[in-house]
Amino acid sequence: MLISIASGKGGTGKTTLALLLAAADPTVTLIDCDVEEPNCHLFLKPMWHEQAENVTVMMPLMNTDLCNGCGACSSVCLFNAIAISGGKALLFDELCHSCGGCILACQHNAISEEKKPIGTIATGASAIRPGIRLLNGTLHIGTPSSVPLIKAIKQKISQLSGDMLLDCPPGTSCSMVTAVKNSDFCILVTEPTPFGRHDLELAMNITRLLHIPTGVVINKSDEDIGDRTIEDFCQSREIAVIAKIPHSLSFAKQYAAGLIPDDFKSIASNIWEQLHARRRREV
Amino acid sequence: MKELVIVSGKGGTGKTSISAALASLSPQKVMVDCDVDAANFHLISSAVIKHTYEFKAGFEPYVDENLCTQCAICTNLCRFGAISAGVMNALNCEGCGVCAFNCPEHAITMQEKHAGQWFVSDTRFGQLIHAELGLSIENSGKLVSKVRQEAKKIATANHLPLIITDGPPGIGCPAIAALSGASLALAVVEPSLSSMHDLERLIELVYHFKLPIMVCINKSTLHKENTKEIIAWCNSKAIPIAGKLPYSDAFRTAVQSGKTVMEIDNEDVKEEMIKLWKNLAKRLDIPADLSKIDLLKQKLNPFR
Repeated sequence: MLISIASGKGGTGKTTLALLLAAADPTVTLIDCDVEEPNCHLFLKPMWHEQAENVTVMMPLMNTDLCNGCGACSSVCLFNAIAISGGKALLFDELCHSCGGCILACQHNAISEEKKPIGTIATGASAIRPGIRLLNGTLHIGTPSSVPLIKAIKQKISQLSGDMLLDCPPGTSCSMVTAVKNSDFCILVTEPTPFGRHDLELAMNITRLLHIPTGVVINKSDEDIGDRTIEDFCQSREIAVIAKIPHSLSFAKQYAAGLIPDDFKSIASNIWEQLHARRRREV
Repeated sequence: MKELVIVSGKGGTGKTSISAALASLSPQKVMVDCDVDAANFHLISSAVIKHTYEFKAGFEPYVDENLCTQCAICTNLCRFGAISAGVMNALNCEGCGVCAFNCPEHAITMQEKHAGQWFVSDTRFGQLIHAELGLSIENSGKLVSKVRQEAKKIATANHLPLIITDGPPGIGCPAIAALSGASLALAVVEPSLSSMHDLERLIELVYHFKLPIMVCINKSTLHKENTKEIIAWCNSKAIPIAGKLPYSDAFRTAVQSGKTVMEIDNEDVKEEMIKLWKNLAKRLDIPADLSKIDLLKQKLNPFR
């Protein structure tokens, strides 16, 4: 079972929930897909297996001896990643999507491809929470698109079995969509504020578009007007609120120090029960 | 004209709350919300949309079924698994056009894609440029550049000395698009291990673009040892601390009631926020309040 944990708004508690769920069932593999800012490893303190795997994308390499500056490559590049300058093709690699269109268009075999590293995937086992495995993606700083790295992670985990928790990037753009895609269930973590409510709706639109069954967890719950607004909204969209995690300063303090507090263990166990019951119903 | 961009690396550290409070303190400015796929600034500033514009970016293929012979050349050439013998899987498509350019029957055309909307709104604090990215669209960086560009036009036309930009989280393309060419980046960090780790990656990105940066420690009383550690780390890197805001429920109360923390009863937070704003204004070399501008106008007024 692949459970994605996403949110729309950042800082609502995706990583927190992923860690709470992992701590409550230490047979899972936790996959950190927030590759711009991965944090799960700070809490799990993993012993990394071997060396991290390098993830690369293919970049066009212009052979200036063969290029006659005809501009065929530039004219088919819809990302405007190739310009003709001084009679030669010039690549702006941060705009390139590695589609290979320029290579097909070049009549002079002047374009080949080379690998460009964009990030790493490391795997390990938690030293402080025995049983939890971690797969961690880290984007190289300055690399604009995290999508190819997230795709590589998804490719890698498609060969794994057992329950997996996927900590997704915030937002609702391409990186979040790539991370959430093909998961069996998506938990959207929100907070009971107008910000949380607004971004929850955007995230729900994505899971609906992807036909992914969705549940909501209200973090920093206040059992007051904020909660009710989220609950009413979820009801209108026929999406269940599967748990509420209370607002707790002592929890926040422990978490800030890098600990996974045991305070809400029963809440996490209850979420697992619901997820397993759901799977049994499906089978 | 100066542009202050508020960023954080980690999400939820308080970028929008702080941006809104700074906007309420700054006498003359235009505001931009660059978190285009989860925009919130309009919720806290009682924004009323004045103008809505369509944002077009990138392309998507259209297949003419009458011309398609299902030869599957497109399928073999597409590196994104987005087309199978003339049938699109739009969610995988990156809009490269390889299918269209290489179709022997010319059955595929690339058409410009509707990628979202952007808005010019009036708020309690002045004009706000914000946007809404279309569902599952990958041009967030371009939309960020678009709203920034429009804000610059408005600031220039109205002789406003400052643009306050509420940035996106992360360090990827939207963050890069929000930061490039800014006058000053303000990194909002909280004293948690996660946020401190993310700050280090963010600072590296900011260095990459050679931008001036200051740090604001939010919720600084949540974990005093970590706060000390952040200060020491910033000192070691010669990064100035522009402000330190205490942990306070006032932030939550403010968001809940659609206000900024400056409009909530909490003197500690307000006092520190004013200090933060003064430090930023000084660094940006712009007047921190209206009285100074009035004074300046009086001095410049030949008829006084």
